[in-house]
Amino acid sequence: MTDNESSKIQAISGRGIAVRGDDIDTDRIIPARFLRCVTFDGLENHAFEDDRRDLSGQVTGDHPFDKEQFQGANILVANNNFGCGSSREHAPQSLVRWGIQAFIAESFAEIFFGNCVALGTPCVVVSSEDSEKLQDYIEANPNGELSIDLESRKIKTSDFEIDLTIPDGPREAFLNGTWDATGQLLSGLDQVDEVAKALPYVSGF
Amino acid sequence: MAKNLLQKIWDAHTVRQLPNGQTQLFIGLHLIHEVTSPQAFAMVRERGWKVRFPQRTVATVDHIVPTHDQSRPFQDALAEQMMSAIEKNCNEFGIKLYDLNSDNQGVVHVLGPELGLTQPGMTVACGDSHTSTHGAFGSVAFGIGTSQVRDVLATQTLAMDPLKVRRIEVNGELPPGTFAKDIILSIIRKLGVKGGVGYAYEFAGSTIENLSMEERMSICNMSIEGGARVGYINPDQTTFDYLRGREYAPQGEAFDRAVEWWKSLASGPDADYDDVVKMSAEEIEPTVTWGINPSQSVKISEKLPSPESVPSDEKGSVEEALEYMDFKANTPIQGVKIDVAFIGSCTNGRISDLREAAKIAKGKKVADGVKALVVPGSKKVLEQAESEGLHEIFIDAGFEWRDAGCSMCLAMNPDKLQGREVCASSSNRNFKGRQGSPTGRTLLMSPAMVAAAAVSGEVVDARDI
Repeated sequence: MTDNESSKIQAISGRGIAVRGDDIDTDRIIPARFLRCVTFDGLENHAFEDDRRDLSGQVTGDHPFDKEQFQGANILVANNNFGCGSSREHAPQSLVRWGIQAFIAESFAEIFFGNCVALGTPCVVVSSEDSEKLQDYIEANPNGELSIDLESRKIKTSDFEIDLTIPDGPREAFLNGTWDATGQLLSGLDQVDEVAKALPYVSGF
Repeated sequence: MAKNLLQKIWDAHTVRQLPNGQTQLFIGLHLIHEVTSPQAFAMVRERGWKVRFPQRTVATVDHIVPTHDQSRPFQDALAEQMMSAIEKNCNEFGIKLYDLNSDNQGVVHVLGPELGLTQPGMTVACGDSHTSTHGAFGSVAFGIGTSQVRDVLATQTLAMDPLKVRRIEVNGELPPGTFAKDIILSIIRKLGVKGGVGYAYEFAGSTIENLSMEERMSICNMSIEGGARVGYINPDQTTFDYLRGREYAPQGEAFDRAVEWWKSLASGPDADYDDVVKMSAEEIEPTVTWGINPSQSVKISEKLPSPESVPSDEKGSVEEALEYMDFKANTPIQGVKIDVAFIGSCTNGRISDLREAAKIAKGKKVADGVKALVVPGSKKVLEQAESEGLHEIFIDAGFEWRDAGCSMCLAMNPDKLQGREVCASSSNRNFKGRQGSPTGRTLLMSPAMVAAAAVSGEVVDARDI
C-alpha cells in the first residue's frame, strides 16, 4: 500500500446494531453453503442467514439484521468470543459488505480479529458490562450516534463514554494506514530471503 | 528461564519487527485448498504480484468434493467452478496440486502429514482453522483468512502478533476405551471455547507422550475449538519414526541432521510458560457433546446440565443450547436417539480411527433408520483401509463406504443432514447448522463411539459393546 494517508483509520462513527449472545461462530455469520463461490460478491445477502429464521425456515423478523431501525447501522456490538470457529474470511466480508465498519465486543476469536484487520475493520474490546450497556443504548436509541476513537481509546455515545482496548500492533496499523500488510511485507523481501536461507529445512539440512 | 518450542521457532522465522510492532514471520509451509484461495489468487493477479515461493505452497481439494461420485464436471456447478479455479491458479503460478486424479488427494490436514510435508520446526499456515493439526509434529501451525493467504502467496510471510504459551499437562494412563478425542473434548470442557484466545497450547505430559502421531493430530486439530489458534506437541522419537521415509521428509544422512535440529527445538524442562494447567488422564471417560459448541460436553455416564447448575455467565448459553438441541436438562446423554452417523474428517478420518470404528462395527448391523457414512481422510487412508479389509467390515454392517473428502464435517458437498436430524459425528464442530441443515444437530464423539451409536441407534457407551 503506497498511499497510507487515505488508509488511515483514526475514528469511526455512526449507528450501532446489537447482536446479542456469546460464542457466535462464523458458521452462524455465514453458513458454509454460501462459501461455494470464487469471489466475495453478494455475501452480504446471507449474513446470519440461518439465525434469522425459525426451525421451519421462516424469517422471524426478530433478528436485528431484519429490523427496519437498524438498517444502515455500521458498528456491530457483540458479546463474548464473537467470530469463533472457522477461519473463513467470508464471515467478516459478509458483514463488511452489509455495511459494518467496526466491531465492539467483550472478546473476539483470534482469526476473525486478524481477518478484520486485513479488511481495515477495527475490532475493539470493552468490558462485559460496557458491551451490554452499549447494546441497551443501541436498542433504546437506534438513531443514536456512537463514535469509536482509536487515538484516545474511547467510545462515546450521547449518554456516556467508555474505554476500549485494542492491541498496540493493529491499533498502530489503523492509525498509520498500514493495516493492509502486504505492502510492508513486500518491502522486506531481501530479508525474507536471508531468513529462508538460514532455516535448515529450506536449505535441505 | 529457557525458551519453549514456540519461542524458538518464532525467533528462527522472524524476518523483522514491523513499524507497528507486529512481527513479519516467514511461513515454511503454506497449504491451500479450493474454498479460501480463489479470492487470494484474484488479489495477487489484480495487483500484478507473483507467488514468491511457489515451491513452499502445496494444494489439494477436499471441502467441496463429492464423496460418492467424483466424475467431472460435478453436478454442483458452483463446486465445479471452484475446482476449475484452483486448477487454473495452481497451473498459472506453478503450485503443486494434489487433485482428484492423484493417489494422494485428501483432506489438507491429513495429506500434509502423510506426505511428510509437515515437519517439526516449521511455521505452517493454511486458510483453514484446523491447521493447528500440524502442531502435532512440533511445528507452529495456524489458520488464516483469505487476505492472509494472499500475503503468504505474495511474500511467504505474515504480519503476526505474539502469542503466549499455556502448557497443558496430561499425566497418567488413559482408561481403556477412551481416546485422544476424549482428551481434547475434556480439555475444552475444562478451559472453555475461548480459554485459549491469545495462547498457543503446548500439550504435554506422559499421557500425551504415549500417544501415536495420529492421536496427537486429533488433539492439536481441536486446539482452535478451545480458542487457541496454535496447538503443538514437542517432537520426540514417535515424531521422527513417523516421518522417516515419507516423500517430503529429509532422506538419508540429512534425516539424521534434521533429527538433531528438531530435538534442539523441543521445550526443555526449564522452559518458560505464561500458564500451566494439569490434568489427570484417569478422570477421562468417553465424552460426548450435547450442545452447540465443543465445550458443551458430558462424560458418557453423566447427565446434561441444567441452566441452574452452571455459573451465571453460562446460563444463557446452556438454555440456548438445550432449546436448539431440544434436549431436557438433567437427562442422561446415553439413550439419545440418532439419525445419522459420520466417521471421518481432519480430526478423526485417519487409519487408526477407522480401525477403532471397525472393531465396534464388525459383525454388527447399523440400526434401522440410521444412515451411517465412513469417509476416509485421504486416498492413502482409503487404500490402506481396503488393504486391511476394513471397508468390507463397514459395508457388511450397513455403513456407506465413501471416497476421501471433508464430507459431512461442514457439508459444502452433497453430504448433509436433513431437517432436524441428530448426527453422531467424529468431526470437530457442533455449531448450529454446521452439518448442512440449518436446523441439524451434531453430537461430537470418538470414532468408536460413533460406530457404537450407529449400530445401537442411540448414544451408548462403546465399552459396553
